[in-house]
Amino acid sequence: MQPELIVFFVLGTVAVGSAIGMLLSRNAVYSALFLILNFATVAVFYLVLGAPFIAMVQVTVYAGAIMVLFLFVIMLLGAEHLERRTGADWQKPIAALLGVVLLVEAGYVLLSESVSLPGINVPAADYGAPVAIGELLFSEYLLPFEVTSVLLLAAMVGAIVITRRDAPRRKKR
Amino acid sequence: MNETLLLIIEWTIKGGLLAFGLATGFAYTTFYERKWAARLQIRIGPNRTGPGGWLQPAADGLKLFFKEEFTPANAYKFAFNLAPVLTMVPAIVIMAVIPWGTQIDFFGRIIPLGISNELNVGVLFLLSVASVSVYGIVLAGWSSNNKYAMLGGLRSTAQMISYELALGLSFIGPIMLAGSLNMAEIIRAQQQGVWYVVYLPLAAVVFYIAALAEVNRSPFDMPEAEQELTAGYHTEYSGMKFSLFFMGEYIKMIAVSAICATLFFGGFDGPFVNTYPLLGPLYLGIKIFISLGLMIWIRATMPRLRYDRLMAFGWKVMLPLSLFNVVWAAAVIVFFNVR
Repeated sequence: MQPELIVFFVLGTVAVGSAIGMLLSRNAVYSALFLILNFATVAVFYLVLGAPFIAMVQVTVYAGAIMVLFLFVIMLLGAEHLERRTGADWQKPIAALLGVVLLVEAGYVLLSESVSLPGINVPAADYGAPVAIGELLFSEYLLPFEVTSVLLLAAMVGAIVITRRDAPRRKKR
Repeated sequence: MNETLLLIIEWTIKGGLLAFGLATGFAYTTFYERKWAARLQIRIGPNRTGPGGWLQPAADGLKLFFKEEFTPANAYKFAFNLAPVLTMVPAIVIMAVIPWGTQIDFFGRIIPLGISNELNVGVLFLLSVASVSVYGIVLAGWSSNNKYAMLGGLRSTAQMISYELALGLSFIGPIMLAGSLNMAEIIRAQQQGVWYVVYLPLAAVVFYIAALAEVNRSPFDMPEAEQELTAGYHTEYSGMKFSLFFMGEYIKMIAVSAICATLFFGGFDGPFVNTYPLLGPLYLGIKIFISLGLMIWIRATMPRLRYDRLMAFGWKVMLPLSLFNVVWAAAVIVFFNVR
């Protein structure tokens, strides 16, 4: 077997296992930890696929920044223990049914002879290199890049405005 | 023997050397701290164990092995045991991208000095590992099920996240001047020109202060604010688990010193390093030694910051300064024709 294939199967097992663990864990902190493990595994997938920049950003942004905030909220609210009865029990059979339908559908499409997935083209060696990504971002994708940054800025300002309890009053003369 | 096997052997040896070096470095950094802090305070420091006290770290290590490991009854066991490991591992892993030297000729085989010198996202690797290293502290604080530990963990995590911004932004200066995220490339650019501390003195200072906060060192040592928090996030830890936290802190000190040396002080650069590559690790070691001495000096001199002052300083002084540094670096490139 090729080494890439072995790495893929090991990583795939960890990724799927941690995703299932995240869903089934009754303690919200452990769920968050499983999610972090999942993000880290996805980052290693990117590395294997030859995209080191995306891999590092995945770890920094998702596993590093966003999940820390999740953990903070869970811990500060003391919400780590989930209730067994959540009031949404009627959703369970429907969810199970829909899940089975989706699985059957996907299995039918994949296993039927009519569909054959085309092989992927191997990208150039420096395809995922930071220099290449930077050049693309600041030439071809300049507008989406700038729009995203404005959007993020607006979100930040919004968060500050919402959390501010007392709006500064105008001084009376 | 085929090339893959040789490469695996080479990496294993280098990784082992790095881990061993860091463990020894940790032991003797504690000794250095006690001796040097004692000198600064006109004391003598440990001088009973072995000649001149030089066996003190070994005695401390042995003592910690025989201490009782105590786990509180209401602790979350799995996370409680996982937290020291999660603190320790990033501290060692972050050193993987620091070059120790150029390369040596070992019986006809060219061996680069360093684990992953030429990684093309080296600086991003530093940032991502630094951002993950928060988890050990968060988990330790939460899983101990102790309010002091919880508050200490939350405090030092908030502090680390706030100062990470200034830390990351002060990386940008060297990246811009060298035009690369590759650590070896940044050092080569400094060898051809001058060390970046000359162009970016302010960025070096901002980096150093942010790094002190990032590794929870004095005057930002919130976890050790014993008057308010007993011992912060490691209140409930004892024995080897406690010493793993201790090790994590000191190895991080070594790591940020090495990063500071690489980005601003030329890394392994020094006289004759291109003729005798084995001088590289020596020069890097000397630079780390000086930086550690400075950290200990600061600890022996400065009082601890109050927590709200610390956060205000991080957001209102460090962040604008590090943003200014980005503009400064751009100006340096234009006016001095660096690239």
